Amino acid sequence: MEWISSLLFALALGTGGVLFAGKVRTLRRNIQLGKSINRSDRPSERWALMARVAMGQSKMGGRPLAAFFHFLIYAGFVLINIEVLEIVIDGLFGTHRVFARPLGSFYPVVIGFFEILAVGVLAACVVFLIRRNGGRIERFKQPELNGWPNRDAHLILYIEMVLMSALLLMNAAEAHLVNPAHPEGAPPYVVSRWLMPLFAGWDPGALHLAERGLWWFHILGILAFLNYLPYSKHFHIVLAFPNVWFSKLEPKGQLDSMPEVEAEVRKMLDPNANPYATDDSGAAPARFGAKDAPDLNRIQLLNAYSCTECGRCTSVCPANQTGKKLSPRKIMMDVRDRIEEIGRRIDQGHETPTEAGTPLLDGRISREELWACTSCNACVEACPVNIDPLSIIIDMRRYLVMEESAAPQELNGMMGNIENNGAPWPFNQADRLQWAEQG
Amino acid sequence: MMNVKTMAEWAQAGEMPEVLFWVGCAGSFDDRAKKVTVAFARLLDRAGVRYAVLGPEESCTGDPAKRSGNEFLFQMQAMTNIEVLNGYGVQNVVTTCPHCFNTLKNEYPALGGQYTVMHHTQFLDNLLKTGRLKVEGGQFEGLKITYHDPCYLGRANGEYEAPRSLLHSLEADLVEMKRCKSKGFCCGAGGAQMFKEPELGREDVNHARTREALETGASVVAAGCPFCNTMLTDGVKHQGREAQVKVYDVAELLEQSYQSDKPSS
Repeated sequence: MEWISSLLFALALGTGGVLFAGKVRTLRRNIQLGKSINRSDRPSERWALMARVAMGQSKMGGRPLAAFFHFLIYAGFVLINIEVLEIVIDGLFGTHRVFARPLGSFYPVVIGFFEILAVGVLAACVVFLIRRNGGRIERFKQPELNGWPNRDAHLILYIEMVLMSALLLMNAAEAHLVNPAHPEGAPPYVVSRWLMPLFAGWDPGALHLAERGLWWFHILGILAFLNYLPYSKHFHIVLAFPNVWFSKLEPKGQLDSMPEVEAEVRKMLDPNANPYATDDSGAAPARFGAKDAPDLNRIQLLNAYSCTECGRCTSVCPANQTGKKLSPRKIMMDVRDRIEEIGRRIDQGHETPTEAGTPLLDGRISREELWACTSCNACVEACPVNIDPLSIIIDMRRYLVMEESAAPQELNGMMGNIENNGAPWPFNQADRLQWAEQG
Repeated sequence: MMNVKTMAEWAQAGEMPEVLFWVGCAGSFDDRAKKVTVAFARLLDRAGVRYAVLGPEESCTGDPAKRSGNEFLFQMQAMTNIEVLNGYGVQNVVTTCPHCFNTLKNEYPALGGQYTVMHHTQFLDNLLKTGRLKVEGGQFEGLKITYHDPCYLGRANGEYEAPRSLLHSLEADLVEMKRCKSKGFCCGAGGAQMFKEPELGREDVNHARTREALETGASVVAAGCPFCNTMLTDGVKHQGREAQVKVYDVAELLEQSYQSDKPSS
């Protein structure tokens, strides 16, 4: 009979793993719909940054309460995985608490530590539910969270609470059972011993059933949660790491240069250039800037998938905070939703996947949002995982201006002045030294 | 009338100045910003800095064009300016505008313009630290000053200390706004917003920021950017507090410290 259980477990594990890998491949394919970008310079600096910002969560500190509880869940997630490893080995080989024997009397200490972490995670989830629903934190009340994003946020917290509870209840049920095989590692453990009364008076058969049932529920729940991740904002627990690794290392004020524009401008300024020269490379002219999600680069798309919708960006955005429509978080969510939509259409076999659905510009992101940005970099500074919403806003402005000549009228005036007299205002370049007469 | 030499005049004399003062469009044409230009030039003279300006050979760096999405116009401006700068062999640049500073320092290198670029607060701080400029302390003692971080100097380039160090050397009572340094709140002018009406909202960004500045109880709001200066000055007027609260560039405050009367407060 033991082998049936092992077989079922292997099947569940295999299915969970294959499904997850499949979805990750799809996600990777979607990210690769973006333009390629080379950002792997200064690798040692990048590893250090990843260690500090992603692993060390150095940018979470601005809000100490959230930072503390977030760190609890993070530590719980990482460390309880050691116990999940034991569960997987037990499941595959029909063993029971396989780490108990080698660890001896240290085992209950380890499990006890995990139980304390589990309680920490539970407490953090409760705090987060209160924060999210208490109505006092503006960034949780923004309209872009209506519907699925809000349900997603709640679902994640509920699932984590259920999984942690299953773990503790399983240990409590087992504590009533005698385990003659290795008594030194057997429960009761430090937290679950307080839950033992829940199972008081159960006969050994029922206890065994409860313990097994909770064991299976817990591990199947983990596998299900794993497969939920790529559909959820919660995938940030994985993508935060590569996302930080690919951070922009240049000063925040530095916008990228456009080499394709440079080639054109150099020709315009070169007195020896052949004015009749034609481009016979045969390549289709690339679109300037971004109109739709695939016009963005792969790091911008990775940014979108890494966003966990915390809204720190939006809560410091001067445009948003003074009532304008722009919300940097919404920009990231729109990009992710659009590239997901295009990905789905590819999976459905559409030949022109970008030509239907809701495009990024005008469909999801309005011009009003784009022109409200002051490029102040507060959103970039605020993001705990170094997402750069500003670069997307600028790329979309580039499309509007260079492909559609659709800047606001006053900006056209400003740019006309720069072209004609080298200043954003209509003053004569020859008068640039007039200030000296006042001195 | 100040005696300001252009790069062309230096070149004609076969000499090279220490530094090129990039005046910028606001510094050249905006009446308020021109006063900052004059104040900074006086400080350069006082410290005996051999500097040049480009004068009529200077042209917009292209910052507002780039931030509006017009990379063509930006690069046209940049390449034209780089040709002038490289033609004179310019190596050191100082500017009173954080937008010019950011563009010259960060965005010109990709197009062939490599210069050591400083914001004027950094340059002045250096002059004080090297003793070329001495503060006649006491003038500002007890005066409450709050400093507004320009986004393009602060977050964009990580410079929070030089302007504060200058204000400290003036022995002013520096009070911080609740959002400052890396968390500083924008004045509302960046990203070419200076040149257009804001989108519809509850209020204007500069009004929100000015409220924070006024909440400190400071009688002087120090700025380091001509656009911030305009936005905050307008904000103070909007609150009807222009009689009590003045907006000055950090360079103006330093320059005032050499004058006999205190700045109006």
